[in-house]
Amino acid sequence: MPDAPGLELIRGEIERDHPGSVLATSFDRAQAALVVDPAQILTVLSWLREEPGQSYRFLSSLHVADYLPAAPRFGVHYELLNRDRVERLRVKAMLVDPAAPALPTIDSCVELFPTAEAQEREAFDFFGIVFRNHPDMTRILLPDDYVGWPQRRDFPVGGEPVTFTYNEHTYG
Amino acid sequence: MEVERRSLSSKQASARQMLRGDLEGEDLDRYVEERVVTTTFEKMLNLARANSIFPLTFGLACCAIEAPISVVTARYDLARFGAEALRASPRQADLIILSGRVSIKMAPVVRRLYDQMLEPKWAISMGACSSSGGMFSNYAVVQGADKFMPIDLHIPGCPPRPEAVMYGFSKLQRKIIGNADQGWRQRYNAAGTEEWARGGPASAPSPEAAEAYEAAREISLA
Amino acid sequence: MAELTQDRATEVMTVNIGPHHPATHGVLRLIVDLEGEVVKDLKPVIGYVHTGIEKSCEDKSYWKVIPFVERMDYVSYFFQMEAYCGAVERLVGLEIPPRAKYLRTIFLELNRIHSHLVWLGTTALDLGAISMLWYCFRERDRILDLFEMAAGQRMHTRYFQVGGVIEDIPLGFEKKLREFIADMPVRVGQYQALLDRNEVFLSRTKGVGIVSRERLLELGVTGPLLRAAGEPWDLRKAFDYLAYPEVDFQIPVGTVGDNYDRYRVRVAEMVESTKIVEQALDLMEEGPFIADDRKYVLPPRSELSTSMESLIHHFKLVTEGFRVEPGEVYYSIESPRGELGCFVLADGSSKPSRVHFRDPSFVNLQAFKDMAVGSYIADMIASLGMLDPILGGVDR
Repeated sequence: MPDAPGLELIRGEIERDHPGSVLATSFDRAQAALVVDPAQILTVLSWLREEPGQSYRFLSSLHVADYLPAAPRFGVHYELLNRDRVERLRVKAMLVDPAAPALPTIDSCVELFPTAEAQEREAFDFFGIVFRNHPDMTRILLPDDYVGWPQRRDFPVGGEPVTFTYNEHTYG
Repeated sequence: MEVERRSLSSKQASARQMLRGDLEGEDLDRYVEERVVTTTFEKMLNLARANSIFPLTFGLACCAIEAPISVVTARYDLARFGAEALRASPRQADLIILSGRVSIKMAPVVRRLYDQMLEPKWAISMGACSSSGGMFSNYAVVQGADKFMPIDLHIPGCPPRPEAVMYGFSKLQRKIIGNADQGWRQRYNAAGTEEWARGGPASAPSPEAAEAYEAAREISLA
Repeated sequence: MAELTQDRATEVMTVNIGPHHPATHGVLRLIVDLEGEVVKDLKPVIGYVHTGIEKSCEDKSYWKVIPFVERMDYVSYFFQMEAYCGAVERLVGLEIPPRAKYLRTIFLELNRIHSHLVWLGTTALDLGAISMLWYCFRERDRILDLFEMAAGQRMHTRYFQVGGVIEDIPLGFEKKLREFIADMPVRVGQYQALLDRNEVFLSRTKGVGIVSRERLLELGVTGPLLRAAGEPWDLRKAFDYLAYPEVDFQIPVGTVGDNYDRYRVRVAEMVESTKIVEQALDLMEEGPFIADDRKYVLPPRSELSTSMESLIHHFKLVTEGFRVEPGEVYYSIESPRGELGCFVLADGSSKPSRVHFRDPSFVNLQAFKDMAVGSYIADMIASLGMLDPILGGVDR
C-alpha cells in the first residue's frame, strides 16, 4: 500500500499531467484510495498502468458499491495492484444516479484490463451500471429476462416469509 | 460331522422324492411354505426397483460434494444399497437428487431434467436450500424445490452428512417397495398431527392434500 | 473427394454442453462451436447457482454473515471465512491472538489440501482414471474428520470468528493431525505414481491448454494456473497475513503452463501445505484462541452464569451485533484457486452495507476460452477440469 504521503504524491503527479482528474484522496485503515472524475477514469487508469514510476498493471477486482443516501450514489471501485512493489491502490469513480429509466454510465476499461470483462458485466447485472464500449454488455449471472437491479440498496432482499400452519389458531 | 452328513443325505432324498412327485399332503405343504414366497408381480417389481436405483449424476451446489460424490466413495459406498451406478443422462436415471440451492435460472432446467426422466421416477430434495430455500431467503433462490416439481423425500442438513443421505435413501427404498415409513408419528402414535402450509386466509388444506392425508393416516394406523 | 472433405471440414456445428453435464464440475453451461472435433469458439454461460449471497449479507449483522460467505466456494469454505473475517477485523482494527493465527493457518492449509484433493479426484475421473476418485476422497474424509473434530461439521464449519476462532482444538486433535500430515506426502507420492507414468494421462495433459504468462496476467488469472505458467506469484508470500511469514515453504512453479504443469503445481502444493501445517503446529503455543475485546467477541460460556456484564455483552452481540465505523476494506488471501478478495463496506450500522467477493474461479473462467480454442473437445473437458472452477464461487 502506498502510505498517506505517497498517495498525495501520486495525486500530485496525476494532477500535473491531467488536471482535474482526481477529486479527492482517502487513506483509511491503511488502504489508499483515489476518488477520480468518472469522465476521466480511463485517463487515470491508463496513467497508473503505463507511468513508469507507478505501473499498477494488475486489476485485482472491479466492484460496485451502492452508497444509497449519499449524493453520488454508485461507487465503481478498481482495486489495482503493483506486483513489483506489492502495493494496492483503490481507484473510485462515484456515479450519480440519473432519473429512473436512464442508467448510470462509465467508460469500460476492458481495453486496458481484459480481466474486467466479466466483472463489468457483473456490475451491470447487479447495479445497472452501463460500461461504454464494453464488447458484450448483457446480464451474466441472472436470467436474461430478469427485470431490476437486485443488489442496489433500494431493491428488496426478496424471499418469502415463513408460513405458519393452518391450525395455528388451535395452539395460539 | 456325521449329523450334518446325515441331514444332507436326507435332504437329497426329499429332493429326489420331490422330483418324482412323491411328496404329498402335509409334507408338500411344508415344503412349499419353506421354499416359496408368493407375492404380486407389482410388489416384486418394486422390490427390484428399490434395490437397483440409478441416480442421476447431477449436482447443484455444496451438497453435490456430499451426495452424488462422497456417498459413492469408499467410506460410505452407496453400492451396498445397489445405487452406485450413476447415470449421466436423465433418460437412464430414475432418481434425481437435488443437491443444493435451486436458483431462478436453474429451476426450469431442473424441471426439464425431471420431465425427461422415465417413469417410475423419484426425487430427493437434499439439504435445506432445495427443501425450503434454507438460509437464502432472497431474490435469486427458489424457496423450496417442491414449488415446481414433486419431491418424494427431504433430507435435512446444511449440507447433510453422507450418513443422512444414506438414511434418507433407505427411507426412499421403503417408499418404493410400498411400505412408506411414517417416521416418528407412527412410533409415538401421533397420526393426525400433520401440519399444512397455509394457502390463504381460510387456512384449510386443499381437497387433494386432505385426501393424501387421509390415505397416509390409514397406512400409519394400520 | 477432396472437395467433399473440405466442405465437411469447414462445417461448424454449435453444441450446447450443460448446465447439467457430468464433466462441467457443477452447473456450467458451455456453448461450443465445433469444426469436426476441434473447438473453434466457446462461450461459458454462468449464473445457474446464483444465490444472491452478497445481497443476503447486507441483511445480516456482521457475525451472521460468516455462514453465508462460506457457502460461496463450497470446496474452500475456510478461505471465504478468513477473507471475510480478516476484512472485518481490519475494519474494526482488531488484532487476533497468535494462537488463533496458527490455528487459522493450519485449517486454511488443510482446506487447501482438501480442495486440491477434490480437484484431483474429479479431474482424473474426467480423464478416465476413476480409481483416483476413491483414493482422493479417502484422504479427503480424513481431513473432514479433523474439521469435524474441531468444529463439529464436515463442511461449512463456521470455525473462524471475527477476532479468532470459535473454539480451541480438542484433545487428541494434534495427534490425529500429525498422523495425517505424516501420511499425506506418502499418499501424494502414490497419486503421482498412479498418474505420472500413465501414458494416457500424460498424453492427455502434456502440451494441452497452453496459455502464455502474459495473457494470463492480462486476464487477471491467479493461483495455480498462473504459477503453472511460470509466474511465482503467491499472496501468501507477497502479503503478510496470518502465520505465513513465520513458516518456511516454497511456491511450486511450472514451466510451460500446460495442463500437466497445472497438475504438477497443485500436487506439489499439497506437499508444501503439509509442511506449513507441521511448522505451524510446532510453533503454536498455548494461549487465548480469540481476542479479548468484548465489544466484538462473545464472552466465554463459563462467564455467563457469574458475570452480569458478560451476559449483557453476550445479549448485545447476539441480538444486535457490533457496530462498525463507516469505512471500506479490501482484503485478499491466496485461496486454492487464486486471489480471493473480500470487499466490505461499513456504513456505521451493525450490518455491512456491501460485501463483495472477488472470486478466483469467476475471474479465471475467462481464461477458459484461451485454453480450449483450437484443441479437441475431449481436451476442452480436460482443460476445464484443470481450470478447477467451483461454480458456487463463480455465481455466488
